[in-house]
Amino acid sequence: MHINRRQFFKVCTATVGSSSLATLGFSPDEVRAEVREFKLTRTTETRNTCPYCSVGCGLLIHSLGDSSKNAVADIVHIEGDPDHPVNRGTLCPKGAGLLDFVHSPNRLKYPEYRAPGSKHWQRITWNEAFSRIATLMKADRDAHFIAKNDKGQTVNRWLSTGFLAASASSNETGHLTQKIARSLGMLAFDNQARV
Amino acid sequence: MTNHWVDIKNADLILIMGGNAAEAHPCGFKWVTEAKAHRKARLIVVDPRFTRSAAVADVYAPLRAGTDIAFLGGVINYLLSNDRIHHEYVKNYTDFSFLVREDFSFDDGLFSGYNPEKRSYAKTSWGYQLGPDGYVVTDPTLANPRCVYQLLKTHYGRYTPEVVASICGTSKEDFLKICALIAETAAADKTMTIMYALGWTQHSQGSQMIRTGAMVQLLLGNIGVAGGGMNALRGHSNIQGLTDLGLLSNLLPGYLTLPGDGEQDYTAYLDARASKPLRPGQLSYWQNYGKFFVSVMKSWYGDAATAENNWCYDWLPKLDKGYDILQVFEDMHRGQVNGYVCQGFNPLASAPCKIKVAGAMAKLKYLVIIDPLATETSEFWQNHGEYNDVDPAKIQTEVFRLPSTCFAEEDGSLVNSGRWLQWHWKAAEPPGEAKGDQAIMAGIFLKIREMYKKEGGAFADPILNLSWKYKRPEEPSPEELAREFSGTALKDLADPKDAAKVLLKAGQQLNGFAELRDDGSTACGCWIFAGCWSEKGNLMARRDNSDPYGIGQTLNWAFSWPANRRILYNRASCDPAGTPYDPARKLIAWNKAAGTWSGSDIPDYSAITPPESGMGPFIMNPEGVARFFAVDKMAEGPFPEHYEPFESPLAANPLHPNNAKARSNPAARVFKDDWDSFGTADQFPYVCTTYRLTEHFHFWTKHAPLDAILQPEQFVEIGEELAREKGIRPGDSVRVKSKRGFIVAVAVVTKRIRTLDIAGRKVHTVGVPIHWGFMGVAKNGYITNTLTPFVGDANTQTPEFKSFLVAIEKV
Amino acid sequence: MALQSLDIKRRSATTTPSPSVRKIPEVAKLIDISKCIGCKACQVACMEWNDLRDDIGTNRGVYDNPPDLSDRSWTVMRFAEVEPTPGRLEWLIRKDGCMHCADPGCLKSCPAPGAIIQYSNGIVDFHQEACVGCGYCVMGCPFNIPRLSRKDGKAYKCTLCSDRVAVGQEPACAKTCPTGAIVFGSKEDMLEHAAGRIADLRERGFALAGVYNPTGVSGTHVMYVLQHADRPTLYQGLPRDPGISPLVVLWKEIAKTLMSIGLGAAVVGGIVHYLSQGPNEVPEEEEETS
Repeated sequence: MHINRRQFFKVCTATVGSSSLATLGFSPDEVRAEVREFKLTRTTETRNTCPYCSVGCGLLIHSLGDSSKNAVADIVHIEGDPDHPVNRGTLCPKGAGLLDFVHSPNRLKYPEYRAPGSKHWQRITWNEAFSRIATLMKADRDAHFIAKNDKGQTVNRWLSTGFLAASASSNETGHLTQKIARSLGMLAFDNQARV
Repeated sequence: MTNHWVDIKNADLILIMGGNAAEAHPCGFKWVTEAKAHRKARLIVVDPRFTRSAAVADVYAPLRAGTDIAFLGGVINYLLSNDRIHHEYVKNYTDFSFLVREDFSFDDGLFSGYNPEKRSYAKTSWGYQLGPDGYVVTDPTLANPRCVYQLLKTHYGRYTPEVVASICGTSKEDFLKICALIAETAAADKTMTIMYALGWTQHSQGSQMIRTGAMVQLLLGNIGVAGGGMNALRGHSNIQGLTDLGLLSNLLPGYLTLPGDGEQDYTAYLDARASKPLRPGQLSYWQNYGKFFVSVMKSWYGDAATAENNWCYDWLPKLDKGYDILQVFEDMHRGQVNGYVCQGFNPLASAPCKIKVAGAMAKLKYLVIIDPLATETSEFWQNHGEYNDVDPAKIQTEVFRLPSTCFAEEDGSLVNSGRWLQWHWKAAEPPGEAKGDQAIMAGIFLKIREMYKKEGGAFADPILNLSWKYKRPEEPSPEELAREFSGTALKDLADPKDAAKVLLKAGQQLNGFAELRDDGSTACGCWIFAGCWSEKGNLMARRDNSDPYGIGQTLNWAFSWPANRRILYNRASCDPAGTPYDPARKLIAWNKAAGTWSGSDIPDYSAITPPESGMGPFIMNPEGVARFFAVDKMAEGPFPEHYEPFESPLAANPLHPNNAKARSNPAARVFKDDWDSFGTADQFPYVCTTYRLTEHFHFWTKHAPLDAILQPEQFVEIGEELAREKGIRPGDSVRVKSKRGFIVAVAVVTKRIRTLDIAGRKVHTVGVPIHWGFMGVAKNGYITNTLTPFVGDANTQTPEFKSFLVAIEKV
Repeated sequence: MALQSLDIKRRSATTTPSPSVRKIPEVAKLIDISKCIGCKACQVACMEWNDLRDDIGTNRGVYDNPPDLSDRSWTVMRFAEVEPTPGRLEWLIRKDGCMHCADPGCLKSCPAPGAIIQYSNGIVDFHQEACVGCGYCVMGCPFNIPRLSRKDGKAYKCTLCSDRVAVGQEPACAKTCPTGAIVFGSKEDMLEHAAGRIADLRERGFALAGVYNPTGVSGTHVMYVLQHADRPTLYQGLPRDPGISPLVVLWKEIAKTLMSIGLGAAVVGGIVHYLSQGPNEVPEEEEETS
């Protein structure tokens, strides 16, 4: 048996300390041993899909309240969906941390505008944003739309404004975005799959 | 993926190469561990780094970044020269016996038809010999020196184990050990799956690396079978879906393609794509191209698309060249682009050569960001010290930043790597005034349309006539959009066999793409998704996870395109007579009594065509079989050849030491000014490769405290030998430089990155994870793509992030 | 439901015997290092479930982060690059955290009545409301697990998600583990599962694979499957023969006779010791030499 100095000190103090406390009147009978309250007992569960990689893991999102009129659902916990055939309840470190993505301090909350040469963002309304963006896009399209090429062939393209589509937006968004982009004659149009 | 995540459990051997599934796709990787547990499967990892996938592998071998074709070409040579191939499979299901044109040739690294000025090939000689009947001439004896088998054997005969070792730096013993394991799966009841990702796509010859992998699998009969396949592990949750929907510069939905300038004639456009069979009795499914195309145009333009105006064919923008992201940033850099919209995409961090991309953006008149998070791109104009040292006053771009919802705040579907369309449900409202992407897109579009209505302007027809029958025009619902891309009957659809019988009434949802018509009576936004929302309801939302055959086939879970098939080419899992090669892993089989194909999967074949018809299993190809010889489909040649990365430690391609034109991919596009931005080994001696870590997802999770805690600070990885040479200790701050810029990060010194012996000289590798930037809650860092070169794969233009040159020094 | 039963087996510094008539099956968590990919999902799931966020630190030249257990990191992955067979690199990644010993050194050395509880199912849980922050649990632990918080002065460690287990759920780390390197169930089932894993590892060439369930602490409710069970120290210093410090054992024997000596002085002494020295953390080297 090898006992070093520090351990000797440790155990001596421990002995006296604990004996003392017990004698000081902390009655063992009053010591309760309850586990922490299970925090999901009546949260609302919503099925979802992880937005990160392409495994497409099933999620259970737990939110506060029961969706009644006066309850504002706040997401309090996310874990894997045990019914999902691929992830079977598991989640990787990214998926397991989704709660902090949803509530990231860097989530954008309001439309913002940065003027040419400015060092700052300014908050604007959605209507201002849509109007100004539409005006810029239309002006650029009207000025640079190519209906026919040098050979006189019909080409109907608009090259001076480009569009990068997302990597995690839904198929429904993708379908709508595709329709809109091509109706405008866009070709400078890609998504994250390219890189 | 040809197969899907759960099916990996059916493999006997798993090759992870060009990817790192354990780190990038941990929950999918679980099916590798299941295969190991339940089939005693072995896992092989081939990677420049000993990754966390390698940590649980049975065999690991390193290779030099960018030399995968040399390695796999060596595997092909091993299989052919040792005759370890699946004979019946290759003979019946591939082009082994097809004769190739006499004028096709390969000479010192270049195929016939090369034009060095244009850096491209005239591909006329890259074809089969056709008989007077229009069909390919074959030699079933495989003796003809012009047959694909003989050409293949000659082409890869050069890739000996010694050549592989010398180019890749993999030891001959490791290489041969791996070959022997792979060769075992040539047996009919043994399969290997290949799992790859951006470690193959992000090279200047990435597409051909993948092809070489696919060729190995075909030789072994591992395509179309349970536990086999070529499995691309997509990097993001819906880039599969967005690609399927055609959101790439040259695509229309469902892998239809936009016309080029020269295709002024609608009929000729269709004929060029509706390929006629190249062998007797083949399905050649693209013959239905017209039905898919017309249905898309009806979905977009409704009543405005008529037979008389060729379904608005002229309204489609036509291509004079590709407009991929590299081309667009090149144009932007030249001042030819005024506006740019980034919807959930962070190109300042994601695109190569930050200095070029940032300079290009500064020339924009306006930039619109739609994102849930404050991205680097949205602040490209802001000074963030050493990490983004710009002067805002000099940047005259108007920037809009529009907050969008994230996954938890919306309904909709995503397509996973296994081609499953899975529906998800909204759990809470977004923060502040954030809106869904659909409302944002509608908001911008409706304003534009309103202005065109009022003021007129350049070619307004497509804008004014875009079908927009949504109940709330300002916010089309996910349900409406899903029904639209799944497809609807516009008129009562009569049964082609019995005109009196109505299959579907006008307004009903289609059951699948077989119901599509080219007379304007059907609308379908994406033919491969057809039937995902039928009259039975939203099949993407199905949640029955039962697996009646016990081989991981949950056909009633969600919806898999196409037609709910889970494993593509599954006809090839049976012998020519229609009997499964491995009854224990039966996908489908010919049921003679019933006269149909059936089993644990939906047949990827004509369900009632009997085996004796001779119809091949690869129904999308006009040949009906899989191609070793890629005919004219690839930019750099019908057979993959090893070329060096654009930045390589070697001055010449070891396979073609005297041909400078064949050093790197001869058909890769390089913009004129970018040639000077490539570094050479005298100044930048180390091979650099960039990658993800398991703790982070791209540039997103640095915004999430839980993940920032796991990997808080930017680092680079180097081997012990290089660290010794440079006097770098773990934890030191180091500067990594390429010709295009530098980053400063903490050094992780590791045994896991080996110094390789390449043709008798030492080559060190430097590893750089990608996840940091100047926004987020993790420690700020440099954008890794400061270092990367502005050149892409010759076919896809995916940037060469995985292999370039750097120098490193202690700061 | 057997797993959710949390009847109390013993309490720190308490002499009243616990009820012992009911026979409660023991639970266990099995960590198979040969299946672990070091993804740290368990670290995240642990922090998320337990409403903890550790500091966003720095990189110190290794993958390990946070670098050590803390009051807010109840589990961490420890990475070791070793070559047990020369020329054959292995990256051994061990999930470190409380072992839930059958004979818990922390509980035995704890002077605060009811601050440390051992449930009949084997879980050893800390009750911070009763913790006096003396740090003796840190010293009593043969695995160097508990950590004192600088915020509230109390000791924290893995609870084996006693709140989840109490309602019949598996611990958050076990649920999330992508590869199934962490499994949870009855101790009996876990030992059986381990046997299967060991047979598989032996077939793959790890002749000395085995389970880590050390007898020095009468077995544990968190066990490991090790590829090299003969060399646990390869795994970032997993102790070869952990046991409760002989002095803790000694104390248990003589404590009662010493009970009345130096009452107030000891309590005050303990507090002063903490305030002046900070948390009692035994450096790893010292622990290993004992």
